[in-house]
Amino acid sequence: MTAGNEQGHETSKRGWPLWEVFVRARRGLAHQHVGSLHAPDAAMALRNARDVYTRRGEGVSIWVVPSAAIVASSPDEKDPFFDPAQDKVYRHPTFYDVPEGAKHL
Amino acid sequence: MSGVRTLPPLAAYALALGDDALILAQRLGEWVAHAPQIEEDVALANIALDLLGQARTLLSYAGAVEGAGRDEDDLAYLRDDRDFRNVQLVEIPNGDFAITMARLLAFSAYQYELYTALLGSGDDTLAGLAGKAVKEVAYHRDHATQWVLRLGDGTELSHARMQAGLDQVWPYTEELFDPTSQLPGVAVDPATLRPAWDSYVTSVLSQATLHKPEPRWRSRGGRDGLHTEYLGHLLAEMQHLHRSHPGATW
Repeated sequence: MTAGNEQGHETSKRGWPLWEVFVRARRGLAHQHVGSLHAPDAAMALRNARDVYTRRGEGVSIWVVPSAAIVASSPDEKDPFFDPAQDKVYRHPTFYDVPEGAKHL
Repeated sequence: MSGVRTLPPLAAYALALGDDALILAQRLGEWVAHAPQIEEDVALANIALDLLGQARTLLSYAGAVEGAGRDEDDLAYLRDDRDFRNVQLVEIPNGDFAITMARLLAFSAYQYELYTALLGSGDDTLAGLAGKAVKEVAYHRDHATQWVLRLGDGTELSHARMQAGLDQVWPYTEELFDPTSQLPGVAVDPATLRPAWDSYVTSVLSQATLHKPEPRWRSRGGRDGLHTEYLGHLLAEMQHLHRSHPGATW
Protein backbone atom coordinates (compact mmCIF):
# COMPACT_ATOMS: atom_id res chain seq x y z
CA MET A 1 0.00 0.00 0.00
CA THR A 2 1.25 3.45 -0.84
CA ALA A 3 -1.61 5.59 0.41
CA GLY A 4 0.41 6.67 3.43
CA ASN A 5 3.28 7.94 1.34
CA GLU A 6 0.96 10.15 -0.67
CA GLN A 7 0.07 11.89 2.55
CA GLY A 8 3.70 12.28 3.43
CA HIS A 9 3.67 10.04 6.49
CA GLU A 10 6.47 7.83 7.49
CA THR A 11 5.50 4.34 6.55
CA SER A 12 6.38 1.71 9.07
CA LYS A 13 8.34 -1.43 8.43
CA ARG A 14 5.03 -3.19 7.94
CA GLY A 15 4.10 -0.88 5.10
CA TRP A 16 1.30 1.12 6.66
CA PRO A 17 1.79 4.40 8.53
CA LEU A 18 1.20 4.70 12.26
CA TRP A 19 -1.71 6.67 13.71
CA GLU A 20 -2.34 7.94 17.23
CA VAL A 21 -5.83 7.33 18.53
CA PHE A 22 -7.81 9.63 20.86
CA VAL A 23 -11.15 8.56 22.29
CA ARG A 24 -13.75 10.63 24.09
CA ALA A 25 -15.48 8.45 26.64
CA ARG A 26 -18.60 10.54 26.99
CA ARG A 27 -19.98 13.95 26.24
CA GLY A 28 -18.32 16.68 28.24
CA LEU A 29 -14.97 14.92 28.59
CA ALA A 30 -11.90 15.65 26.48
CA HIS A 31 -10.50 13.16 24.02
CA GLN A 32 -7.83 11.01 25.68
CA HIS A 33 -4.91 9.35 23.98
CA VAL A 34 -5.53 5.59 24.10
CA GLY A 35 -2.84 4.14 21.85
CA SER A 36 -1.77 3.78 18.25
CA LEU A 37 -2.36 1.55 15.26
CA HIS A 38 -1.44 1.02 11.62
CA ALA A 39 -3.74 1.90 8.74
CA PRO A 40 -3.31 2.72 5.05
CA ASP A 41 -5.16 6.03 5.27
CA ALA A 42 -7.21 8.25 7.56
CA ALA A 43 -10.60 6.70 6.83
CA MET A 44 -9.32 3.20 7.55
CA ALA A 45 -7.46 4.44 10.63
CA LEU A 46 -10.75 5.69 12.04
CA ARG A 47 -12.41 2.35 11.39
CA ASN A 48 -9.51 0.37 12.81
CA ALA A 49 -9.59 2.58 15.88
CA ARG A 50 -13.27 1.81 16.30
CA ASP A 51 -12.51 -1.92 16.14
CA VAL A 52 -9.42 -1.92 18.33
CA TYR A 53 -10.26 0.67 20.97
CA THR A 54 -14.06 0.92 21.33
CA ARG A 55 -15.11 -2.72 21.31
CA ARG A 56 -16.48 -2.53 24.82
CA GLY A 57 -18.39 0.71 24.49
CA GLU A 58 -15.48 2.91 25.53
CA GLY A 59 -16.29 5.92 23.42
CA VAL A 60 -18.65 8.29 21.69
CA SER A 61 -16.06 10.00 19.48
CA ILE A 62 -12.68 9.10 17.99
CA TRP A 63 -9.84 11.22 16.61
CA VAL A 64 -6.97 9.75 14.65
CA VAL A 65 -3.80 11.71 13.98
CA PRO A 66 -0.81 10.65 11.89
CA SER A 67 1.91 9.85 14.40
CA ALA A 68 4.36 11.74 12.19
CA ALA A 69 2.32 14.90 12.71
CA ILE A 70 2.91 14.86 16.45
CA VAL A 71 5.71 17.10 17.69
CA ALA A 72 6.94 15.73 21.00
CA SER A 73 9.24 17.14 23.66
CA SER A 74 12.52 15.31 23.88
CA PRO A 75 13.62 13.39 26.98
CA ASP A 76 16.96 15.27 26.68
CA GLU A 77 15.13 18.54 27.20
CA LYS A 78 13.33 17.27 30.26
CA ASP A 79 15.26 19.38 32.75
CA PRO A 80 15.06 22.77 31.04
CA PHE A 81 11.46 22.07 30.06
CA PHE A 82 10.01 20.92 33.34
CA ASP A 83 12.33 21.50 36.29
CA PRO A 84 11.91 25.30 36.49
CA ALA A 85 8.24 24.76 37.32
CA GLN A 86 9.08 22.72 40.40
CA ASP A 87 9.78 25.62 42.82
CA LYS A 88 7.08 28.03 41.71
CA VAL A 89 4.63 27.24 44.44
CA TYR A 90 2.84 30.52 43.85
CA ARG A 91 1.53 29.09 40.57
CA HIS A 92 -0.73 26.78 42.49
CA PRO A 93 -4.00 28.20 43.76
CA THR A 94 -3.39 26.54 47.13
CA PHE A 95 -0.50 29.02 47.67
CA TYR A 96 -2.97 31.79 48.28
CA ASP A 97 -5.01 32.30 51.40
CA VAL A 98 -8.57 33.22 50.70
CA PRO A 99 -9.33 36.44 52.60
CA GLU A 100 -12.01 35.94 55.15
CA GLY A 101 -15.37 37.14 54.02
CA ALA A 102 -14.49 36.98 50.31
CA LYS A 103 -17.47 35.77 48.41
CA HIS A 104 -17.75 34.52 44.88
CA LEU A 105 -14.30 32.91 44.78
CA MET B 1 -31.08 -36.66 9.42
CA SER B 2 -32.55 -34.81 12.34
CA GLY B 3 -35.91 -33.93 10.90
CA VAL B 4 -35.32 -30.48 9.42
CA ARG B 5 -37.91 -31.19 6.75
CA THR B 6 -40.64 -31.33 9.37
CA LEU B 7 -39.73 -27.99 10.97
CA PRO B 8 -42.53 -25.45 11.28
CA PRO B 9 -42.05 -22.74 8.61
CA LEU B 10 -41.07 -20.08 11.16
CA ALA B 11 -38.42 -22.34 12.68
CA ALA B 12 -37.10 -23.19 9.21
CA TYR B 13 -36.93 -19.50 8.34
CA ALA B 14 -35.04 -18.56 11.50
CA LEU B 15 -32.73 -21.51 10.96
CA ALA B 16 -31.91 -20.47 7.38
CA LEU B 17 -31.02 -16.92 8.43
CA GLY B 18 -29.15 -18.20 11.47
CA ASP B 19 -27.15 -20.70 9.43
CA ASP B 20 -26.07 -17.94 7.01
CA ALA B 21 -24.73 -15.92 9.94
CA LEU B 22 -23.16 -18.91 11.71
CA ILE B 23 -21.28 -20.25 8.70
CA LEU B 24 -19.94 -16.86 7.64
CA ALA B 25 -18.87 -16.19 11.24
CA GLN B 26 -16.87 -19.42 11.12
CA ARG B 27 -15.30 -18.49 7.78
CA LEU B 28 -14.33 -15.00 8.95
CA GLY B 29 -12.89 -16.44 12.14
CA GLU B 30 -10.41 -18.36 9.99
CA TRP B 31 -8.75 -15.05 9.14
CA VAL B 32 -7.69 -14.38 12.72
CA ALA B 33 -3.89 -14.30 12.81
CA HIS B 34 -3.82 -14.55 8.99
CA ALA B 35 -5.11 -11.15 7.90
CA PRO B 36 -2.73 -8.70 6.21
CA GLN B 37 -2.43 -6.67 9.44
CA ILE B 38 -3.31 -7.26 13.06
CA GLU B 39 -5.82 -4.41 12.84
CA GLU B 40 -7.63 -6.33 10.11
CA ASP B 41 -7.56 -9.48 12.26
CA VAL B 42 -9.48 -7.55 14.89
CA ALA B 43 -11.89 -6.03 12.38
CA LEU B 44 -12.76 -9.40 10.84
CA ALA B 45 -13.07 -11.04 14.25
CA ASN B 46 -15.46 -8.26 15.33
CA ILE B 47 -17.60 -8.85 12.28
CA ALA B 48 -17.52 -12.60 12.90
CA LEU B 49 -18.63 -12.09 16.50
CA ASP B 50 -21.50 -9.84 15.42
CA LEU B 51 -22.65 -12.59 13.06
CA LEU B 52 -22.23 -15.23 15.73
CA GLY B 53 -24.45 -13.19 18.05
CA GLN B 54 -27.12 -13.00 15.36
CA ALA B 55 -26.79 -16.75 14.77
CA ARG B 56 -27.24 -17.51 18.47
CA THR B 57 -30.48 -15.54 18.63
CA LEU B 58 -31.81 -17.10 15.43
CA LEU B 59 -30.83 -20.69 16.24
CA SER B 60 -32.20 -20.43 19.78
CA TYR B 61 -35.43 -19.07 18.36
CA ALA B 62 -35.61 -21.83 15.73
CA GLY B 63 -35.18 -24.41 18.48
CA ALA B 64 -37.83 -22.79 20.67
CA VAL B 65 -40.34 -22.58 17.83
CA GLU B 66 -39.65 -26.18 16.85
CA GLY B 67 -40.45 -27.19 20.41
CA ALA B 68 -38.43 -30.40 20.33
CA GLY B 69 -35.99 -29.34 23.04
CA ARG B 70 -33.06 -28.47 20.75
CA ASP B 71 -31.03 -25.47 21.87
CA GLU B 72 -28.58 -23.31 19.90
CA ASP B 73 -25.69 -25.70 20.58
CA ASP B 74 -27.66 -28.76 19.43
CA LEU B 75 -28.50 -26.97 16.22
CA ALA B 76 -25.00 -25.61 15.61
CA TYR B 77 -22.99 -28.66 16.56
CA LEU B 78 -25.14 -31.71 16.05
CA ARG B 79 -26.54 -31.28 12.56
CA ASP B 80 -24.91 -32.70 9.44
CA ASP B 81 -24.33 -30.66 6.32
CA ARG B 82 -27.58 -31.74 4.64
CA ASP B 83 -29.49 -30.22 7.54
CA PHE B 84 -27.87 -26.81 7.18
CA ARG B 85 -29.99 -24.24 5.36
CA ASN B 86 -27.42 -21.54 4.57
CA VAL B 87 -26.80 -20.25 1.06
CA GLN B 88 -23.65 -21.58 -0.56
CA LEU B 89 -22.21 -18.06 -0.73
CA VAL B 90 -21.25 -18.14 2.94
CA GLU B 91 -19.62 -21.59 2.90
CA ILE B 92 -17.20 -21.28 -0.01
CA PRO B 93 -13.61 -20.88 1.16
CA ASN B 94 -12.17 -17.48 2.03
CA GLY B 95 -9.67 -17.61 -0.81
CA ASP B 96 -7.53 -14.49 -0.78
CA PHE B 97 -8.40 -11.20 0.90
CA ALA B 98 -10.13 -9.90 -2.25
CA ILE B 99 -12.45 -12.90 -2.41
CA THR B 100 -13.25 -12.47 1.28
CA MET B 101 -14.09 -8.80 0.73
CA ALA B 102 -16.13 -9.51 -2.41
CA ARG B 103 -18.19 -12.01 -0.45
CA LEU B 104 -18.54 -9.69 2.54
CA LEU B 105 -19.71 -6.86 0.30
CA ALA B 106 -22.31 -9.04 -1.41
CA PHE B 107 -23.52 -10.67 1.78
CA SER B 108 -23.55 -7.66 4.10
CA ALA B 109 -25.32 -5.54 1.47
CA TYR B 110 -27.96 -8.30 1.28
CA GLN B 111 -28.19 -8.62 5.07
CA TYR B 112 -28.52 -4.86 5.41
CA GLU B 113 -31.61 -4.85 3.16
CA LEU B 114 -32.93 -8.01 4.83
CA TYR B 115 -32.74 -6.67 8.38
CA THR B 116 -34.09 -3.30 7.32
CA ALA B 117 -37.12 -5.07 5.89
CA LEU B 118 -37.42 -7.36 8.94
CA LEU B 119 -37.81 -4.30 11.19
CA GLY B 120 -41.41 -4.36 10.01
CA SER B 121 -41.91 -8.09 10.61
CA GLY B 122 -45.01 -9.17 12.46
CA ASP B 123 -42.81 -11.46 14.55
CA ASP B 124 -41.44 -9.61 17.59
CA THR B 125 -38.32 -11.74 17.95
CA LEU B 126 -37.31 -11.27 14.33
CA ALA B 127 -38.10 -7.56 14.38
CA GLY B 128 -36.14 -7.16 17.62
CA LEU B 129 -33.12 -8.99 16.26
CA ALA B 130 -33.27 -6.89 13.10
CA GLY B 131 -33.22 -3.67 15.12
CA LYS B 132 -29.96 -4.63 16.76
CA ALA B 133 -28.39 -6.37 13.78
CA VAL B 134 -29.02 -3.70 11.18
CA LYS B 135 -26.52 -1.41 12.91
CA GLU B 136 -23.91 -4.15 13.06
CA VAL B 137 -24.41 -5.02 9.44
CA ALA B 138 -24.21 -1.38 8.34
CA TYR B 139 -20.68 -1.45 9.67
CA HIS B 140 -19.83 -4.76 7.96
CA ARG B 141 -21.04 -3.33 4.70
CA ASP B 142 -18.98 -0.20 5.20
CA HIS B 143 -15.87 -2.23 5.99
CA ALA B 144 -16.22 -4.31 2.84
CA THR B 145 -17.00 -1.19 0.81
CA GLN B 146 -13.88 0.60 2.03
CA TRP B 147 -11.68 -2.30 0.98
CA VAL B 148 -13.37 -2.88 -2.37
CA LEU B 149 -12.90 0.81 -3.17
CA ARG B 150 -9.25 0.77 -2.20
CA LEU B 151 -8.36 -2.47 -3.91
CA GLY B 152 -10.47 -1.78 -7.01
CA ASP B 153 -9.21 1.76 -7.46
CA GLY B 154 -5.70 0.98 -6.20
CA THR B 155 -2.83 -0.46 -8.19
CA GLU B 156 -3.06 -2.50 -11.37
CA LEU B 157 -2.43 -5.64 -9.35
CA SER B 158 -4.94 -4.88 -6.61
CA HIS B 159 -7.54 -3.99 -9.25
CA ALA B 160 -7.01 -7.27 -11.09
CA ARG B 161 -7.21 -9.32 -7.92
CA MET B 162 -10.31 -7.51 -6.68
CA GLN B 163 -12.03 -8.09 -10.02
CA ALA B 164 -11.02 -11.76 -9.87
CA GLY B 165 -12.49 -11.96 -6.37
CA LEU B 166 -15.82 -10.57 -7.57
CA ASP B 167 -15.86 -12.94 -10.54
CA GLN B 168 -15.28 -15.86 -8.19
CA VAL B 169 -18.03 -14.93 -5.75
CA TRP B 170 -20.78 -13.56 -8.02
CA PRO B 171 -22.24 -16.88 -9.23
CA TYR B 172 -23.23 -17.49 -5.61
CA THR B 173 -25.10 -14.20 -5.12
CA GLU B 174 -28.22 -15.07 -7.12
CA GLU B 175 -29.19 -17.66 -4.52
CA LEU B 176 -29.66 -14.92 -1.91
CA PHE B 177 -32.68 -13.61 -3.79
CA ASP B 178 -34.58 -16.77 -4.68
CA PRO B 179 -38.19 -15.83 -4.02
CA THR B 180 -40.38 -17.40 -1.39
CA SER B 181 -43.96 -16.71 -0.43
CA GLN B 182 -43.66 -18.39 2.99
CA LEU B 183 -44.89 -16.61 6.11
CA PRO B 184 -46.28 -13.38 4.63
CA GLY B 185 -46.01 -10.48 7.04
CA VAL B 186 -43.39 -12.32 9.09
CA ALA B 187 -40.67 -13.39 6.67
CA VAL B 188 -39.23 -11.19 3.94
CA ASP B 189 -39.43 -12.38 0.35
CA PRO B 190 -35.75 -12.13 -0.62
CA ALA B 191 -36.66 -11.26 -4.20
CA THR B 192 -37.94 -7.90 -2.95
CA LEU B 193 -34.47 -7.03 -1.61
CA ARG B 194 -32.84 -7.30 -5.01
CA PRO B 195 -33.34 -3.76 -6.39
CA ALA B 196 -31.85 -2.01 -3.34
CA TRP B 197 -28.97 -4.51 -3.21
CA ASP B 198 -28.27 -4.02 -6.90
CA SER B 199 -28.25 -0.28 -6.58
CA TYR B 200 -25.86 -0.26 -3.61
CA VAL B 201 -23.45 -2.81 -5.02
CA THR B 202 -23.48 -1.27 -8.49
CA SER B 203 -22.59 2.13 -7.11
CA VAL B 204 -19.70 0.76 -5.03
CA LEU B 205 -18.31 -1.23 -7.93
CA SER B 206 -18.48 1.65 -10.35
CA GLN B 207 -16.81 3.96 -7.86
CA ALA B 208 -14.13 1.30 -7.43
CA THR B 209 -13.65 1.15 -11.23
CA LEU B 210 -14.69 -2.50 -11.19
CA HIS B 211 -17.30 -4.11 -13.37
CA LYS B 212 -20.18 -6.14 -12.07
CA PRO B 213 -19.64 -9.74 -13.13
CA GLU B 214 -22.21 -11.43 -15.34
CA PRO B 215 -21.75 -15.05 -14.35
CA ARG B 216 -22.81 -17.79 -16.76
CA TRP B 217 -23.92 -20.13 -13.99
CA ARG B 218 -25.42 -19.77 -10.53
CA SER B 219 -25.44 -21.80 -7.33
CA ARG B 220 -28.61 -23.48 -6.13
CA GLY B 221 -29.86 -25.59 -3.30
CA GLY B 222 -28.35 -24.23 -0.08
CA ARG B 223 -31.77 -23.52 1.41
CA ASP B 224 -32.71 -27.15 0.68
CA GLY B 225 -29.61 -28.59 2.31
CA LEU B 226 -27.60 -29.05 -0.88
CA HIS B 227 -24.12 -27.74 -0.29
CA THR B 228 -20.66 -27.56 -1.79
CA GLU B 229 -18.02 -30.01 -0.68
CA TYR B 230 -16.52 -27.24 1.44
CA LEU B 231 -19.30 -27.13 4.05
CA GLY B 232 -18.54 -30.62 5.37
CA HIS B 233 -14.93 -29.67 6.06
CA LEU B 234 -15.97 -26.44 7.76
CA LEU B 235 -18.44 -28.31 9.96
CA ALA B 236 -15.88 -30.98 10.83
CA GLU B 237 -13.65 -28.27 12.26
CA MET B 238 -16.46 -26.32 13.90
CA GLN B 239 -18.21 -29.31 15.43
CA HIS B 240 -15.43 -31.71 16.30
CA LEU B 241 -14.79 -30.47 19.83
CA HIS B 242 -18.44 -30.52 20.81
CA ARG B 243 -18.97 -33.95 19.28
CA SER B 244 -15.83 -35.41 20.88
CA HIS B 245 -16.73 -34.01 24.28
CA PRO B 246 -20.52 -33.72 24.39
CA GLY B 247 -21.65 -30.89 26.61
CA ALA B 248 -18.14 -29.46 26.99
CA THR B 249 -18.14 -25.92 28.36
CA TRP B 250 -15.61 -23.37 29.51
